[in-house]
Amino acid sequence: MTRRQRRLTMIGGSLAVLGIAAGLVLNALRDSIVFFSTPVMVSEKHIPAGKRFRLGGMVEKGSVVRGDNLAVSFKVGDGSATLPVAFKGILPDLFREGQGVVAEGALDSSGVFKADTVLAKHDETYMPKDVADALKKQGHWKDDYGEKSHAAEAGHGASGAQDAASAARGVSQ
Amino acid sequence: MIAEAGHYALVLALALALIQSTVPIVGARLRDPALMNVARSTALAQLVFVLISFAALVTLHVTSDFSVVNVYENSHSLKPLIYKITGVWGNHEGSMLLWVSILALFGGLVAAFGNNLPLSLRAHVLAVQAWIASAFYLFILLTSNPFLRIAIPPIEGRDLNPVLQDIGLAVHPPMLYLGYVGFSISFSFAVAALLEGRIDAAWARWVRPWTLLAWIFLTLGIAMGSYWAYYELGWGGWWFWDPVENASLMPWLAGTALLHSAVVMEKRNALKVWTILLSILTFSLSLLGTFLVRSGVLTSVHAFATDPTRGVFILLILCVFIGGSLTLYAWRASALKQGGLFAPISREGALVLNNLFLTTACATVFVGTLYPLALEVINGDKISVGAPFFNLTFAPLFVPLMIAVPFGPLLAWKRGDLLGAAQRLYAAGVAALIAIAVLWAWTSGGSTLAPLAIGLGVFVIVGALSDLAERTGLFRVPLAIAARRARGLPRSSWGTVFAHAGVGIALIGIVCETTWNSEYIGSMKPGDVAHVAGYALKLDGLTPRQGPNFREMVARFEVSLDGGERLGVMTPSKRNFTTRESTTTEAALMSRGASQLYISLGDTSAAGATAVRIYHKPMVLLIWFGPVFMAFGGLLSLSDRRLRVGAPKPARAPRELQPAE
Repeated sequence: MTRRQRRLTMIGGSLAVLGIAAGLVLNALRDSIVFFSTPVMVSEKHIPAGKRFRLGGMVEKGSVVRGDNLAVSFKVGDGSATLPVAFKGILPDLFREGQGVVAEGALDSSGVFKADTVLAKHDETYMPKDVADALKKQGHWKDDYGEKSHAAEAGHGASGAQDAASAARGVSQ
Repeated sequence: MIAEAGHYALVLALALALIQSTVPIVGARLRDPALMNVARSTALAQLVFVLISFAALVTLHVTSDFSVVNVYENSHSLKPLIYKITGVWGNHEGSMLLWVSILALFGGLVAAFGNNLPLSLRAHVLAVQAWIASAFYLFILLTSNPFLRIAIPPIEGRDLNPVLQDIGLAVHPPMLYLGYVGFSISFSFAVAALLEGRIDAAWARWVRPWTLLAWIFLTLGIAMGSYWAYYELGWGGWWFWDPVENASLMPWLAGTALLHSAVVMEKRNALKVWTILLSILTFSLSLLGTFLVRSGVLTSVHAFATDPTRGVFILLILCVFIGGSLTLYAWRASALKQGGLFAPISREGALVLNNLFLTTACATVFVGTLYPLALEVINGDKISVGAPFFNLTFAPLFVPLMIAVPFGPLLAWKRGDLLGAAQRLYAAGVAALIAIAVLWAWTSGGSTLAPLAIGLGVFVIVGALSDLAERTGLFRVPLAIAARRARGLPRSSWGTVFAHAGVGIALIGIVCETTWNSEYIGSMKPGDVAHVAGYALKLDGLTPRQGPNFREMVARFEVSLDGGERLGVMTPSKRNFTTRESTTTEAALMSRGASQLYISLGDTSAAGATAVRIYHKPMVLLIWFGPVFMAFGGLLSLSDRRLRVGAPKPARAPRELQPAE
């Protein structure tokens, strides 16, 4: 083999692998990404039953009902709409009424969001970024949600960086 | 006083770094050895001042000086001493200080042990190192000063996040940073080579130990972090494809590729330009990782910071260094001479294949990690890319790589014999087929792919051992001779065997855990028995307990085989940290061989029933044994005589530049 042929073999091989990888990536991006919605977006977009998405919002106060065998139902709201959520399993440590939550799953035919994963990805002072952004966009951001962290910022001129990692997940199969 | 001293030491370190960034370069241009040697002393002095600064912050944390914001926000006087120390890097400011300390440490090591480097190369390397250091000192001093005071000091601190109050935090971030930041050395070497316009096999020989060292720490750091998440987060997952995890995986993949291409460069003087590019990319990915974690663009398991000014600052550092080095590369790479020739079927060819798959796999992780961010910036859509994406892209690319792994070491340099290598892997192939057949016959349920994947793991392990058998002539010559040959083998060959076998071991662990793990989720009352995977777990009862800065509810489980043999007691607990009013779940683990039983607790209902999650995870420990093997292989390779002795002087005529020292 000449130098030229060798180089062509190598370039050809590399392009083939890169091509395959690009194909895999595009295919996976079409099939396996999950969109994020809030309850009001769900009611506007008419997401079909069975399509997986992430639901984010606040756990409505007084809506958590625990049933038998670890079944839990609660309502997630964003100020203008609420959506009932059903989950079976152990909720994460940070799951609380009146606080932010992100759940992954799909709507069933009766319009209940069947969650298979519940994430409470935040600490005590601020909400999940996705949820906060969505609420702000809709004009339902209440200052007291972020009050504590702002107070800390103003108080001693320190950064708003609050806490380190705090996340917990609940998964049920 | 201590805080001010620490702050002042950091400012001095910045001043030294600025001198180190400029004077040696000027010296190299003027060929003035005195000016070039400034790099050495400033690098060492810089290390001293950063260490003073770091020690100051540690002292502040240990003495619980709440007049310092950083201590107030992340410490508590009742916190155990070990967590007072580890809490230093359990927050944004402190972890950045750790970052620069390690950067200075590596710079200091090059300065102290780089005596056999050509003077101008050392000057350039240390100067580039100082550019990085200056940027990060500025970042800390301007946006993340850990030594800020509070006007009216509070009496008590706000405590460290309970999730971080764990021995894992003592080990994981420093290890990870030693890896991340260690790649700065190969980056500095690459940029120095481009600045000098000269690169040869000796260069690769200097770079390789540093890359190897960083890679060993990164490997252990990632494995450690994975195990920490596994037992601390309480739901038994060990890898979430979380952007922050990906941020550490990307430099690891690129760094692994770099290690292998540096071998080609060292042995065959080929792939030079590519090796330089990989050095730049590896550290760029480390910087990207720092950006992703430190800027707060992600909200994820590790999201520490939420201040946008920091994000912009790091983004700027990122752009300057990545953009600058790639521009320099585009401009100067053509000046570097092309390397030697080799056939596609050869050791070099196999290593190119390794590089191709590793970098492509790295690229898919890159896309999966950054695509959601890009999409949000472009059209505001919020999406999440999770495990399914990576299973569909990363995994298929790793399969051909794994098949190729045993072939590589068996091929000769320059021109290899694929058929011959295949014949020598006969035993490995047979072992893999037996494993697949046995698994198919014995196991039920799970994916049909699982036995095949385990067969692949067996192939990789036995393949690595066949290489060893081949080199020592085991089974062909008397045992004594084989043993003597085994002792005579270079350590780096042993390193290869261990590292490659480690890949196979980890693969087997991953496949077993994901395919055959069984779980029980339910609510249990004292006296209830749960049956999981042939084990019976009886809940004896719950007792409250007072810890140093928390209260906990400890459950006691009596574990026995279904047959009746008693195995022991497991005590998972639920901790309540009063200062932050937050709760953590402490899982209980019991190892049975490489498999583990895992219990974590949920809420206790009014009726006295506790939600319990019990897993049986077969072969789960192999997932972490694998990387430990890999790191051990790396260590063996690092201790190879060839690298210890240092790079030999090139055989050809001495360089024009031979300053008297």
